[in-house]
Amino acid sequence: MTFFLQLIVTGFSQGMIYALIAIGFVIILKCSEVFNIAQGHFVLIGGYLGWTFLVPLGLPIWAALPAAIATAAIMGLLIERLMLRPMIGQPVLAVVMMTIALSTVLGGLATLLWGAEYKAYHGLLPTITMRVGSISIPSESLIGLIVSVVCVAILMFVFRYTKIGLAMRATAEDLQVVQSVGIRATTVYAVSWVIASVVGVIGGILLGGVSGANMELADVGLKAFAVVLLGGTNSVGGAIVAGIILGMLENVAAGYLDPLLPGGGLAQVFPFFVMIVVLVFRPHGLFGLAHIERV
Amino acid sequence: MGLRTGTFHENYAEDMAVFQTRLQWGASAALVFLLCICPLFSSDRMLTILTTIGIAVISVHGLNILTGYCGQISIGHSGFMAVGGYTSAILCAKLGWPFWAALPCGAVAAGIAGLLFGLPSLKIKGFYLIMATIAAQFIIIWFIIQLRGITGGTDGLLVPKPMLGPIALSSKTNYYYLVMIFAVLATITAHNIVRTRAGRAFIAIRDNDLAAEVMGVSLWSYKLQAFFIGCIYAGAAGSLLIHYVRFASIEQFPFMDSVWYLGMLIVGGMGNTAGAIFGVIALKLLDELVTIIGPVLAAAVAPQAAASLALISHGLIIIIFLIFEPRGLHHRWEMIKNYFRLWPFSHEALE
Repeated sequence: MTFFLQLIVTGFSQGMIYALIAIGFVIILKCSEVFNIAQGHFVLIGGYLGWTFLVPLGLPIWAALPAAIATAAIMGLLIERLMLRPMIGQPVLAVVMMTIALSTVLGGLATLLWGAEYKAYHGLLPTITMRVGSISIPSESLIGLIVSVVCVAILMFVFRYTKIGLAMRATAEDLQVVQSVGIRATTVYAVSWVIASVVGVIGGILLGGVSGANMELADVGLKAFAVVLLGGTNSVGGAIVAGIILGMLENVAAGYLDPLLPGGGLAQVFPFFVMIVVLVFRPHGLFGLAHIERV
Repeated sequence: MGLRTGTFHENYAEDMAVFQTRLQWGASAALVFLLCICPLFSSDRMLTILTTIGIAVISVHGLNILTGYCGQISIGHSGFMAVGGYTSAILCAKLGWPFWAALPCGAVAAGIAGLLFGLPSLKIKGFYLIMATIAAQFIIIWFIIQLRGITGGTDGLLVPKPMLGPIALSSKTNYYYLVMIFAVLATITAHNIVRTRAGRAFIAIRDNDLAAEVMGVSLWSYKLQAFFIGCIYAGAAGSLLIHYVRFASIEQFPFMDSVWYLGMLIVGGMGNTAGAIFGVIALKLLDELVTIIGPVLAAAVAPQAAASLALISHGLIIIIFLIFEPRGLHHRWEMIKNYFRLWPFSHEALE
């Protein structure tokens, strides 16, 4: 029972980070109908950025985080302007290939700048140790949980109470109406890319603080896709719930089934099984709107 | 795009012919002849490059039918190649089947795997299908690792020397001829499949699936047919690849290869047989360029520069093509041909 609860707790905080990354994906998707395959590579860049600011530059955490966020915002702006702006109105495949190409370029840049090496900055993030009964809550994952919750709360606030948030929600609803009332759609796209890249980078720093930064951080993006599909592609709330569900399921499945399987590694493919099941039986996810096609 | 001035079609058969002018006949025959005499003057390294290009051409033809003609995007093509490759490797290594019998079995096995993972395409499209095929890639590789008893898991599997009757296909030259025969056959069949009833149905589904269904094209049947045919090509290519290196391992079928096959289609021009070949040659040549420049750059800048150059150059070339030449090299080729329509006269009267 303790083992099970331990898996659930670890899964919960991990799931919260997945949810954070998945939200970045959903925001771009809702605002500009672009499927951003490179979301995982924002996480990768984030993990290495965290290391760069914390270890070689030796900044304290309160200075390193804003610096990483600023870098991420510039990266998001550049990507939107240079790569995605020419793709407006192009078919799905062209846009998806563009984001895939972006992901390889980001991977290549990470290799060039950081040598694809394992960079640990374990223990540099602030820690809060907590024990509930016999279950120990890992301190890094608690920090991850808190930061994720704060980020999600800020995003929710922005969407609900600010003008740009309203513009973004309106763009998600109907592009033509938005353009006719004089909102610049391209600004909304740029902001959505900035948010996605910032959110990805924060997720990367959190994950990097737990397990160190390496090239495998990019694979988290694939888990975020499973989260998005499970939650429904057009639902921010769904992404959060699905992120937590997937984080827990993955940990429990890996914890109990991995010893039984010779090759192991179930945690890596588990999201894909979830993906296939969701796509076959409930393509619009748990909380998404069913898309009805009319002729 | 029009034919060269002075070519007239007098009946339907002439209009529908694959080769419409003597020049096209001559050029194709010359190309095949060139492929035949290539081993006489090219080095070992050159033959290796040509063989891998041939294998990739077969695979990309399959992807072209599936994605370029039928519009069902697949980023799991390398996974389907793995199914074909491993099936024929197991048949040869564990059951002692001859090479010529194992290869078609591998192809059909990949086709069946394609059918299985093509099933979601009946309900979903666009990005959702992309996710399903990415999932297919990872699940296939995971199963290969899990079935350690018959596939060798992560250690890989040694495959015996491929024999075709009494001829051993062990030398590079022999295998080159085998791959080229398959590549030419694949090109001919791929070009003709899309001219049949099924091919026209694929194009109808790609251009507008609702309209196609209303016109009586069975989406259910034709989407699955496209998956089956596309994955048969992948299986044959995977099987040829495995027997070429005589060793089956999961590293030969990485996820990024699936992406590059799609990239080859984009660079070459989707929905065209010649485009698939152009794309493969262009990206494979880029690969070679990277392997030549990589060590120089690694010595000059940093040791990791070679690896990052490969990633960045491939990503950038796809980005550049998507922005500046979305219809690919094939479109450019058509424009060049069009320029020479009335050559040497410079202007063309508008009709």
